[in-house]
Amino acid sequence: MIAFLVRRIGQALVVMFIISLLSFSIQDNLGDPLRELVGQSVSEAERQKMRDSMGLNDPFITQYWRFLKKAVQGDLGNSYFFKRPALEVILEKLPATLELVIGATLIILILSVPIGVYCAINPRSWFTKVMMGISIVGISIPVFLTAIMLIYVFSIWLGWLPSFGRGETVTVAGWETGFLTTDGLLHLILPSIALSSIMLPLFIRLIRSEMMEVLEQDYIRFAWAKGLHRKRIWFIHALKNTLLPVITVGGVQIGTMIAYTILTETVFQWPGMGFLFLEAVNRVDTPLIIAYLIIVGLIFVITNTVVDLIYGLVNPTVKLARGHT
Amino acid sequence: MKKTLKLVAMALLGFSLGTGAFAKTLRLAYDADPVSLDPHEQLSGGTIQMSHMVFDPLVRWTQDMQFAPRLAESWERLDKNTVRFNLRKGVKFHSGNELTSADVAWTFERLKGSPDFKGLFQPFKELKVIDDHTFDLVTTEPYPLVLHMATYVFPMDSKFYTGTDDKGNPKDLLKKHADTFASANASGTGPYIVTQRQQGVRVDFQRFADYWDEDSPGNVEQIVMTPIKEAPTRVAALLSGDVDFIAPVPPTDLDRIRGNDKVNLVTMSGTRIITFQLNQERRPEFKDQRVRQAVVHAVNNVGIVEKIMKGFATPAAQQSPKGYAGHVESLVPRYDLEKAKALMKEAGLEKGFSVTMMAPNNRYVNDAKIAQAVSSMLSQINIKVDLKTMPKAQYWPKFDERAADIMMIGWHADTEDSANFTEFLTMCPNTETGYGQYNSGNYCNKEVDALVLSTQGETDEAKRAASLQQIEQLLYDDAAFVPLHWQDLAWAARKGVHIDKIVNVMNFPYLGDLVID
Repeated sequence: MIAFLVRRIGQALVVMFIISLLSFSIQDNLGDPLRELVGQSVSEAERQKMRDSMGLNDPFITQYWRFLKKAVQGDLGNSYFFKRPALEVILEKLPATLELVIGATLIILILSVPIGVYCAINPRSWFTKVMMGISIVGISIPVFLTAIMLIYVFSIWLGWLPSFGRGETVTVAGWETGFLTTDGLLHLILPSIALSSIMLPLFIRLIRSEMMEVLEQDYIRFAWAKGLHRKRIWFIHALKNTLLPVITVGGVQIGTMIAYTILTETVFQWPGMGFLFLEAVNRVDTPLIIAYLIIVGLIFVITNTVVDLIYGLVNPTVKLARGHT
Repeated sequence: MKKTLKLVAMALLGFSLGTGAFAKTLRLAYDADPVSLDPHEQLSGGTIQMSHMVFDPLVRWTQDMQFAPRLAESWERLDKNTVRFNLRKGVKFHSGNELTSADVAWTFERLKGSPDFKGLFQPFKELKVIDDHTFDLVTTEPYPLVLHMATYVFPMDSKFYTGTDDKGNPKDLLKKHADTFASANASGTGPYIVTQRQQGVRVDFQRFADYWDEDSPGNVEQIVMTPIKEAPTRVAALLSGDVDFIAPVPPTDLDRIRGNDKVNLVTMSGTRIITFQLNQERRPEFKDQRVRQAVVHAVNNVGIVEKIMKGFATPAAQQSPKGYAGHVESLVPRYDLEKAKALMKEAGLEKGFSVTMMAPNNRYVNDAKIAQAVSSMLSQINIKVDLKTMPKAQYWPKFDERAADIMMIGWHADTEDSANFTEFLTMCPNTETGYGQYNSGNYCNKEVDALVLSTQGETDEAKRAASLQQIEQLLYDDAAFVPLHWQDLAWAARKGVHIDKIVNVMNFPYLGDLVID
């Protein structure tokens, strides 16, 4: 277990290093940060002076080395736009994004397991057919379209739910949360549904097909032959084995969901990391872009490690120390 | 701490005054929030919109492009190089300090040191303080645009910005991408005080209880500004009643907003010209005036305005919009495909040639679509266009390199004056003087240059206007560039929020004068 963790951390460091190198090397192709910092009529000489003072005219290696030296001390540079440490700016937006991801994950968990199991047990029922149909449509519609449709139906047409932002938030132990106010929860509903719209159909289908496969296996037949109650067979024996692959895929997908927050947050003006990142790209706020990529890379590494650990707990036949990648 | 207490006290005072008919809150959604509270950090629409809320200018533009006195009560030209201003008496800054000429002089010096603004204030020699409420603006040469520039002078509270902040930096430090005192704290004379600011999320404003302009009809006590970047979301927020006032309104949603009986739409013909420049150095064909005329005649810019811009723009045949001194009424769009073909034939190029074209895809309204339309229009006169569109962040470096034969550029004159267009877009490029900095076409006409230079020192308005109009005529006859249109402006608010009185073509809504029923 410890050997596994140590090796995982070693791998994570290498991944982080590569991400930093990649994100640092794309910055020349992102455009000129000066353009967003100065007015259009400022002279070229004045611009050059500022580039010099910002160190943008130094060779790549010099700039990267300067960045790396600071980065190992936890300083990823100052955001051009926010004028504060990039890491600080991103961490400040992290709660908003995580709450959105948690909201979407809850929706997925609460809906996908029962629906998936139902569809596996009753493959011929009309409900199953409707669900399978909807899930195909759900996978095919892009998140931003779902989001805009939700806004039009629930905010403009019906007027039930707010159309943008996080609403009222309270700060608990340094964590700015919208979970504790009615207004905050109301604001969370539409973005969470929009974000879950991609993953939910995927999970329903995944659980359904895994479960159907499990139900065909010999040990289930033995269980039927033994005369066990059907609920026990479905929900204890079959479901447990169904969830193994679901956890693996789920862990990776939660990471992917962070990527989808970029679209969801932009449409809903949700003040999280994803929206911040898109804005940073538009403004060529290089330090912020790099910091975001590193943080998201870190989240991916962490979720994957945690998934591996959970996998070991659920399935004792997996030996972590020997590894399986 | 003391400042916080003071703000709380002011907020309470505002609150007690604000009971009854006076306590109105405006929920405002722009596409972006101010970059900084420092009015001299960046010369952009957003900064000046913020300046009109927190600070007050010496003079400001009215809706019909006249000068209205603000902090300067009156002014007169003393001689060719001097204009005397009389400062309003009894004006208080948010800190409680009183406004004097010394503050204006201090602000003027700071403007001259600002990388973004120093270019505009280049013609000025000094600001001479006569007494506490009188000062002279002195230019090195006779300068016609003294009042135009006075709209950019938003006096700052010199006492408030003197000293050092808790990081040991001087409070008046002017530095981009740095956490300066002035970028986060402000004391102006304007109608609103910033009470809370979470960059990129929301800004809260509270009406300044001691605001000097007691004749202002404005009755908005509090403003909550939320930036909403995505246009459809911004419109949805207005339609669902989550905000009261939005800008800009995307052209695609104009009809829906017009058709909604809960909201009002206000539109105006704007002043930003969108053009294409034909690079004569990369493409010798464009040196031939007939080829340039052929291109201009082949581009149906009226059609572009109707079909792509949905009528939300004003087709142009010159740089100066209506209301500017250089605007020539008789210059009209000249789409005529037959004539274009004839001109190409005359130039011996009826077989055409191939060119490259570049345009941004997120800078101007429908920029990429316009570029596509123009490239297919040019194919009708056998000019084959290889078009590349890209985000503005990548486009501007390409523009500086003059990386394509035809490039798109939009321009708004910071001086609100015709000469500015020519100085940047159509004068002979000259790295020393900086003229023609955005002339990617390398169009160069000595006569135009001489005329522009002559207007810079001409204080006789009629004479100056005649020269500026002559310039537009010359550029038109020469087909110096491909004019497309002036982008229109649009704002929308729920019924009962009277934005029609406070918006203007500069797009600086005077929120201090806003009335809500």
